[in-house]
Amino acid sequence: MDLNKKFTPETWPEHPERATLEGKNKFVGFWLFLGGETILFATLFATYMALKNKGPSGFGFSTQELYQLPLVFVMTLLLLTSSLTSVYAMHHMKNYNFKKMQLWLAITALLGLCFLGLEVYEFTHYVHEGFTFGNSAFSSSFFTLVGTHGFHVAVGLVWITLLLFRNAKRGLNLYNASKYYTFSLYWHFIDVVWVFIFTVVYLMGVIG
Amino acid sequence: MSSVAQKRGFGAALWDWMTTVDHKKIGILYLIGGGFFFVVGGIEAMIIRLQLLKPNNDLVSAGLFNDLITMHGTTMIFLAAMPILFGFMNYIMPLQIGARDVAFPFINSLGFWMFFLGGVFLNVSWFFGQVPDAGWTSYASLSLASPGHGIDFYAIGLQIAGGGTLMGGINFLVTIINMRAPGMTYMRMPLFTWTTFVASAMILFAFPPLTVGLFFLTFDRMFDANFFDHQMGGNTIIWEHIFWIFGHPEVYILILPAFGIFSEIFSIFSRKRLFGYPAMVFATVLIGFLGFMVWAHHMFTVGLGPTANAIFAVATMAIAVPTGVKIFNWLLTIWGGSIVMTTPMLYALGFIPSFVMGGVTGVMQGAAPLDYQLHDSYFIVAHFHYVIVGGVVLAILAGVHLYWPKMFGTMLSETLGKITFVFFFVGFHCTFLIQHWLGFWGMPRRVWTYMDGQGWNTANLISSIGALLMAIGVIVMVINIIMTTVKNVRVGNDPWGDGRTLEWAIPSPPPFYNFTQTPLVRGLDTVWIEKQEGNATGLTFAEPITDIHMPHGSIIPFFMTVGLFIAGFGAMYHQETSWGLPLLIFGLAWTFVSMAMRSLKDDLGYHVTKEEIQADINNASKGGQN
Repeated sequence: MDLNKKFTPETWPEHPERATLEGKNKFVGFWLFLGGETILFATLFATYMALKNKGPSGFGFSTQELYQLPLVFVMTLLLLTSSLTSVYAMHHMKNYNFKKMQLWLAITALLGLCFLGLEVYEFTHYVHEGFTFGNSAFSSSFFTLVGTHGFHVAVGLVWITLLLFRNAKRGLNLYNASKYYTFSLYWHFIDVVWVFIFTVVYLMGVIG
Repeated sequence: MSSVAQKRGFGAALWDWMTTVDHKKIGILYLIGGGFFFVVGGIEAMIIRLQLLKPNNDLVSAGLFNDLITMHGTTMIFLAAMPILFGFMNYIMPLQIGARDVAFPFINSLGFWMFFLGGVFLNVSWFFGQVPDAGWTSYASLSLASPGHGIDFYAIGLQIAGGGTLMGGINFLVTIINMRAPGMTYMRMPLFTWTTFVASAMILFAFPPLTVGLFFLTFDRMFDANFFDHQMGGNTIIWEHIFWIFGHPEVYILILPAFGIFSEIFSIFSRKRLFGYPAMVFATVLIGFLGFMVWAHHMFTVGLGPTANAIFAVATMAIAVPTGVKIFNWLLTIWGGSIVMTTPMLYALGFIPSFVMGGVTGVMQGAAPLDYQLHDSYFIVAHFHYVIVGGVVLAILAGVHLYWPKMFGTMLSETLGKITFVFFFVGFHCTFLIQHWLGFWGMPRRVWTYMDGQGWNTANLISSIGALLMAIGVIVMVINIIMTTVKNVRVGNDPWGDGRTLEWAIPSPPPFYNFTQTPLVRGLDTVWIEKQEGNATGLTFAEPITDIHMPHGSIIPFFMTVGLFIAGFGAMYHQETSWGLPLLIFGLAWTFVSMAMRSLKDDLGYHVTKEEIQADINNASKGGQN
């Protein structure tokens, strides 16, 4: 594959991420990987639901008292919006508009960073209240489920930062188009998982 | 191959193997690594049988016995059977579908190193004197109470090795979906490719629960978490569920590729198209699906209640149906065939009754009320050895004999091969058949020793003698391998003379790019079809000779894995030492930096030119190796 081959919006293929065999492989492989990730999170969810509110005798924490919905609501808005901005980025990628794609991805990363900051704040707040990782089965399963999601966000942020800087000077080609595309798949997946966390952990925790 | 390596010097050869991304070399690495751990696990088995040779024996201590049974099971499943099957999948599957490599050669290499160093991590525990001792299932109520770092080695070692397996599974799936040669429709894929496909799909969905379960165990033991500690609100049954949601599909992940190898063998050596090919494919997929629906039959005695037990009992018995379909199809493939009694065929013929016996005892245990009687007795030990040894190990030995000439260009001795078969097959039944009765007579599994006068002495002696016979069989095979490697009589493309699929139409061993031109697949068993029509090469090409794109080798997969290896020790010692936590962070950083380097540096591969390929073709025709 020739990295220096120059495209115009007219010659740019309709599905640049799948225009080469490598791209096609990444595309299918990443979808399958997300299938495995789904099972991983499903296992974490199941464990959380089994251990919710469970602790040693005299355990003082419950989902109703612990969770703060306004904060989590803001986090949800941030992450959902970042998913939308990544869709814009992919739209511009398909139109061979590199600058706008980079811009929207940078916005995506920024929103993701804000989300992660709030999550760190949330976790430290819980720890200050005495709700530590080793405090109970409930806290272990909570931090593992939500923390695994947070870890995925962090990995995604490093990933997109590297992509943005690595390709800043050389623009789009068929080699990196599939890399950008798999990132966007990953980001949507993280977003979907968060929707479930918001519902199952927080909403059902406070209301259910 | 070895002569070339010697010319270049040992260092260069080692570097070549450590950086290789060639699916064939990685396949061989898997076989070597898996073979090594097979011997380790075999030695552990021999010590177990020696300990149980006579009543009140004290060859090993009770604690060491627990170490041995745990490491025997863990090693054989994760580090021997799976990697050896992965070796065959890696080597043979891309050849069968007419591909030049797997979809992700780099990740393929990473998967191998993760398996290997994960296995080393687990076995290093022997040198620390703190060995996993809670059984290969490592039930949480036992494993949380186990002192020392034994279980930590289990949790982290399997985590690393399991990650490698997951990557391998995704890799095989994408390869089969995207890289089949023109004309290779799904319903023309050889059955070994099909079983690789379904087993890989099962890996994709079965290994993430194991990952999570092992993380829970790691967190509970090393990071103060409380998933399984009931005093802190945890629940030990969660581990059992998670483990078996992984663990039951795992046994089908093992047996399906074994079925694939036997399907190839029956077809080749009966010189017939596989009987009921579509039914075989359907049965494979159905087994793959049902394999996820039955995990709780390992937990009948936990007390999940009659409804759960009934549902899982029915689902368990339902698996016997597609398996039965397969058995009958194999029998009908042989029926009326022009049978050649080669070593692989002997294994295949021995496999059918052995595996059926294991299957029947499986259905017996599937009946929940009966399982209450059989649970934790030697009957269980007999059953799973009948399916794993009688199915998977026989397939591995058959596969080694079948594919050896393709991989190394020289045939294993048929005489020694048949001697191996006789010793192994007789030894296998001698060891495990009697254990069914030992179970009926009340001998519990996982006991260090037993007292005299319970009527178990003779049966245990017979069982131990059988184990010795199996060991002799394996030693004969090792001698066979050494002898034939030294003699090194070269063979042509189709050493068995009856090859049906694409791998038998290219040189043995194949050039690193596999196919000079991408083949055109004209039907199921395309090479057989071509040969029937008088095309002696067995191939029709789909393209003219063109430049071939190949990936570069890389040392990064090895580096990435070393980082995880280091991080594992950091996690293990972070509670009692000051250097543990820095080491953990250092190891993980090492891995992520290696990963970033891989990602930042463009690797576009290189091209093998038309002229080089033409020269290879001319060379091969001059050399007389068809």
